[in-house]
Amino acid sequence: MDGFESNGFTEDRCIKSGGDSVVEQICSFRNHLVKGGLQNYPLYIKTVPTENELKFHYTVHTSLDVVEEKISAVGKALVDQRELYLGLLYPTEDYKVYGYVTNTKVKFVIVVDSSNIALRDNEIRSMFRKLHNSYTDVMCNPFYNPGDLIQSKVFDNMVSGMMVQVC
Amino acid sequence: MCSRTTNPPSPREEHGKSISTLEGMGFRAGQGLIERFTKETPSFKDELDIMKFICKEFWTNLFRKQIDNLRTNHQGTYVLQDNRFRLLTPVSNGKQYLEEAPKFLAFTCGLVRGALSNLGIDSTVTAEVSVMPACKFHIIMQKS
Repeated sequence: MDGFESNGFTEDRCIKSGGDSVVEQICSFRNHLVKGGLQNYPLYIKTVPTENELKFHYTVHTSLDVVEEKISAVGKALVDQRELYLGLLYPTEDYKVYGYVTNTKVKFVIVVDSSNIALRDNEIRSMFRKLHNSYTDVMCNPFYNPGDLIQSKVFDNMVSGMMVQVC
Repeated sequence: MCSRTTNPPSPREEHGKSISTLEGMGFRAGQGLIERFTKETPSFKDELDIMKFICKEFWTNLFRKQIDNLRTNHQGTYVLQDNRFRLLTPVSNGKQYLEEAPKFLAFTCGLVRGALSNLGIDSTVTAEVSVMPACKFHIIMQKS
């Protein structure tokens, strides 16, 4: 498969995988409270090398709007689920976008190639679990400043491992 | 050759700086802790939900007991009362060490402020001790 598209989550995290990986991009974004508003900026992005990476970044940013929508729906008690996993954000013709928000308002986005139907919901959930666990470890590292780009090798390896695994 | 152009900090200034440093350390630790503690919990409904979490699960994880009393004016001010604060119980009761008590509270104030900050809430957290080993934490949410 050429090219993966990524969606951005509060942390910019795209997972890059080569060859036949299914997962195109994993991103994480963080909500930053600035005077007057919230700004989503990326903490980590990893993408599968592709000729049109910009398309991924665009998809990620548009998916953030969907994430925000879902979050505010929970706040208004319209959705009683209160789950962290947001599920399929929206399907497009080429890929599927999945979202996940932590209680600390960090968002993860995974973009997967649509043609892969073998990837089950619970597998995506477990990927988000792993992302969340690794992010928590990054957060507890006293040398990490919240809001900085994530440069942890452990985090990176975990993401790479996930992307390659999902073949 | 160099000459001293500024006076050495007074004991009072140094004390204030130490308290700030402790609070700052607590802040960063609180951010990490809340990330861990909220990993498995469902999303919070509202501000009060978050404060209840702080009073119960957060406090229990840190001090193996809950906050004894939570009061609020429902306008962003909360008072958390701990009748037997774990960091003060080893110190003898009575008025003798009342003055030293703030040193033991600064880090915890930072913990709470850091935890709330990572949950998206800007706040100021102060603590007061009137009768050892009880203390009260005053949390004021900042309006954005």
